[in-house]
Amino acid sequence: MAEATRERKLPVDDKVHTWPHLVRMEFLVALFILGALTLWALTVDAPLEEPANPTRTPNPSKAPWYFLGLQEMLVYFDPWNAGVVLPSLIIVGLMVIPYIDINPKGNGYYCFKDRKWEILTFFFGFHILWITMIIIGTFFRGPGWNLFWPWQKWDLHKVVALTNVDLPYLVGFRDYWWSAVFSLVVIGGYFVATIALFYFFVLKVKGKEFIERWGMVRFSITAALVALMLSLPAKMALRLLFNVKYVLVTPWINI
Amino acid sequence: MSPLEKIKNDIVESQVWKAIFRHGYDDTPRNRVMMVTANVFLHLHPAKVRRHAVRMRFTWCMGGLTFLMFLITAITGIYLMFYYRPVAEYAYADMKYLEFDMPFGMLMRNMHRWAAHAMIVFVWLHMFRVFLTGSYKPPREFNWIVGVLLLVMTLLLSFTGYLLPWDQLAIWAVTVGSNMARATPLLGYEGPFADFVGANPIYDARAFLFGGGEIGPHTLLRFYILHCIFIPLVASILMAVHFWRIRRDGFSGPSL
Repeated sequence: MAEATRERKLPVDDKVHTWPHLVRMEFLVALFILGALTLWALTVDAPLEEPANPTRTPNPSKAPWYFLGLQEMLVYFDPWNAGVVLPSLIIVGLMVIPYIDINPKGNGYYCFKDRKWEILTFFFGFHILWITMIIIGTFFRGPGWNLFWPWQKWDLHKVVALTNVDLPYLVGFRDYWWSAVFSLVVIGGYFVATIALFYFFVLKVKGKEFIERWGMVRFSITAALVALMLSLPAKMALRLLFNVKYVLVTPWINI
Repeated sequence: MSPLEKIKNDIVESQVWKAIFRHGYDDTPRNRVMMVTANVFLHLHPAKVRRHAVRMRFTWCMGGLTFLMFLITAITGIYLMFYYRPVAEYAYADMKYLEFDMPFGMLMRNMHRWAAHAMIVFVWLHMFRVFLTGSYKPPREFNWIVGVLLLVMTLLLSFTGYLLPWDQLAIWAVTVGSNMARATPLLGYEGPFADFVGANPIYDARAFLFGGGEIGPHTLLRFYILHCIFIPLVASILMAVHFWRIRRDGFSGPSL
């Protein structure tokens, strides 16, 4: 065994001096960006509208662009969910990423093949959902938060048919209690189905050994987060295809 | 010796130069290390870094540029603070004053605003890059959490600053953005189960944020203090932790 230890190759020293290699690059990039920013600031003025007037609400009133994804979510969910619960879950979901991702590969280098599903999930949440919602909210929403093409003139009096109905009503329930029971079954069923599908999906692409290594806690957190993330496109589909306003209606909470 | 080197030599060896700079910089490995370790700012970095970590196509420079944007907003922000009063009667007039009468006022304001927007874009791209290289994996899990908190701080900094011009854009964007708070479950008066807690329009989560039942002069002062003191302070502490952890854990990279 002593032989083996002696023969072990020493790690190759692939290090370079921070001064000048890293510092030089930082300096040049900073200089370039500073120059670009100065040019931008010289040519494009920051907006300043008329003085604040609490009695005149502009239509549409838009949040700052980086929050327009959340404002766009308000179309599909009530404010307590789109504005408070889901954003909090986004933050929590981002924070738990290092703990639910136990794939040792791809640590410190670009690699798509070894972490295909991890990257695709992030891509879906960040690019497809977050960025797309911001683009829709910024460029495609006009007065009354109605959809307009960017080149279309904003029609303040655009008539939009209010044909949205609640899901229990759509499928024929008229009684409040039966509607509530049906809604709870649908929502419970959605989570059970999504989590079960997620389980079999992971089983298929990662294998049984992975799920055992992953553990119950990690799986549950990930599955719950995935189900919650997919609830946005699910609700969007219900709204856009079937004009569903709420899935569940109660005196306290609507989903 | 090329003509250029000769000119350089003439300058560096001249009496004027020698009187200012007593001795030259000898490019030795020891001096290269000393440049970093003996400098309080450069000491953020280790003396040596792995070769791949200085390549731009690896880092995208986004973390550093986010910090650069923070510094730019801090410096231009201090300039703006000299001329701006966070009082409803004066705030908008001060904006006009700043834009039209102050030397470089408009430029400083523009730089402040565009740098703030750029900071958000850069911090998102930074997060994306760190995800792509899997740099949050052990031992850097905690630093990713600090990074997420810094992302939230960046958004809050930008959001609180949005109100300060006190124009129509400002108050209505902040109204729309803050109206979510009144829908907070339990704590917002329009949120689910508010009745059980007794939240009402002047005593709920949004009123706490606004300093009153609706957006007004009290909100302006509140957002000003959050924007100029509280959040930058918290962000600075988090940045110190963030940078320190990078320094201790080293830049991520493939194992040798």
